[in-house]
Amino acid sequence: MAQTTSVLEIADAELLGPRGAARVQRRRRYSSERKGIVWRTILVALVALIVVFPLYWMLVVAFSPRGEVFEPGLRLWPSTLTLENFAKVFDRVPVLDWFGNSVVIGAFVTALTVIVNLLAGYAFARLRFRGRNGIFLLGLATMMIPVQAIMVAQFKLVSGLGIYGSYWGVILPGAAAAFGIFLARQFFLSIPDEVIEAARIDGAGQLRIFLQVVLPLCKPLIAVLTLLTLLGSWNDFAWPLIALKDNELFTLPIGLLYLKNQTSPDYNAIMALSLIAVLPMVLLFVFFQRYFVQGFARSGIK
Amino acid sequence: MTALTARGRERASASPRPRAARRAARFKESLVGWGFVAPNLVLMSLFLFIPIVWALILSFQETKGFGDPEWVGAANYAKLLADPVFWQSLANTLVFTVATVPIELAGGLGLAVLLNSVIPARGLFRTIIVLPMVISGVASGMIAVILFYESNGLVNKVLQALGLDAIGWQSQGTPAMVSVVIAAIWLRLGFNMIIYLAGLQSISPELYEAARIDGASKWQQFRSVTVPLVGPSTFFLLIMNVIASFQVFDLIFVMTGGGPGNATSVLVTYAYRNGFQIREQGYGAAIGIVILLITLVFTFIQWKTNRTRDLVE
Repeated sequence: MAQTTSVLEIADAELLGPRGAARVQRRRRYSSERKGIVWRTILVALVALIVVFPLYWMLVVAFSPRGEVFEPGLRLWPSTLTLENFAKVFDRVPVLDWFGNSVVIGAFVTALTVIVNLLAGYAFARLRFRGRNGIFLLGLATMMIPVQAIMVAQFKLVSGLGIYGSYWGVILPGAAAAFGIFLARQFFLSIPDEVIEAARIDGAGQLRIFLQVVLPLCKPLIAVLTLLTLLGSWNDFAWPLIALKDNELFTLPIGLLYLKNQTSPDYNAIMALSLIAVLPMVLLFVFFQRYFVQGFARSGIK
Repeated sequence: MTALTARGRERASASPRPRAARRAARFKESLVGWGFVAPNLVLMSLFLFIPIVWALILSFQETKGFGDPEWVGAANYAKLLADPVFWQSLANTLVFTVATVPIELAGGLGLAVLLNSVIPARGLFRTIIVLPMVISGVASGMIAVILFYESNGLVNKVLQALGLDAIGWQSQGTPAMVSVVIAAIWLRLGFNMIIYLAGLQSISPELYEAARIDGASKWQQFRSVTVPLVGPSTFFLLIMNVIASFQVFDLIFVMTGGGPGNATSVLVTYAYRNGFQIREQGYGAAIGIVILLITLVFTFIQWKTNRTRDLVE
């Protein structure tokens, strides 16, 4: 707010006395504030428009007649809305299988990861045992390592275990993640000591305290962990790409790549499948935005 | 930090018991602790720690055809040093990182400041800007392929409508890199914004009030109150963005496949190409070890600074 006071306004202020001056000041600030709001809104709206446009374009291509978006001439919406791209996708590739695979793998990875991370997070936050800090640091150190760094060895391992090309070959390595442990640990640290002490004095064992006293307090944590893990698994690409070989066992992202790798890729069909792949997570996000945002932000605090 | 508080708690609760009983109780708690950690530890050992060690071993071996792997000492690493494509991939990774991270930071902070102020439909705008975070890299890449399609893709059509030349997004190296950079920023802007929003909300409004009374303009307030006070968020995001940029895989794999030539080949895609397309597994593993070491360095910096931040608070 630039305080450029004109001679006229000073004169005004002198004439109107202190209360009048305050009123002028207030009016001036109010109008510049309002101008600020307008500018800021325009700027944010512009960015939001740019951000949402690619998603709009996915819809356009998915519902356009084949090839229309690549015809000359600027066209920002379909000439006619058609479902032919979806029909083609369902006709040519096992979409329902792929969708089902994504659901099954996502569900198992999520259930396994959340259970295992909750247990470990609780131990790191609330139990004392030899070697605790050592393992904790090991988990912290390896948390960021991308699958590409170790994929050759991981592939050999999964082949050696006889689970290459199966659900388990994707699920088990997918659940070997440390990320959730830290989120869980932080949450457990914030639970008041008295709650746990009281249960201990009542003679409850650690597992019972965990299951019956602590977990019921952790619904938000469980929601955040579940949603973030599911999102990660649903969208995972590199590892399923390596670990799956049969067409029928593909997850949706691998299916998308399969469509694109055909000799003359049908981009309308690819966008139709993209929409199918993206929609469940977008819906989850819309309904549970609070938890997603909390989870993303939490990963930032620590 | 936590170890200390936990110990303090222990001391407070377990004072009058005899030593043997205390030791037994501690042993039992240790057992329970390991029991809680065990499922995770088993999974991580099997699918993370063992592969890390195995990758290291593989990087000293060569796999020829179907035969047994052969020990070749540091030959893979020597090959790495002499491989121009490796160096190009490393350089591309750096270029990609340098091109994405500052824009992600600045854009994230700018948007966070705007969304932290009074504007209508704030929630809606925030939702939209965060939305790409739930879109998979593969789907994003596919959309980008269509938008940046060289012959009559929308971006080129708009450029031509504005009287500019169409750009060779697929046939030329630099434009290909630019298209991937744009897609990556699109995907990650929301994350930066969220972290900054959380950072901004912890700044006391009194500081702005004080600055305003001192006659600071909006821009001066931004520079001398906002920017320094979101410093920890900036540093956290810097490291997270750098790590994410070093690991960009899905987008490049889908959009350019590392091409044209090797113009968008990065470390992770080059490791994949060697490990699974050319099938030089030892060499692919060696590149993986390089990625691993780089990641560990950044993780260490992150951890180090986080710890000091904890102590300060």
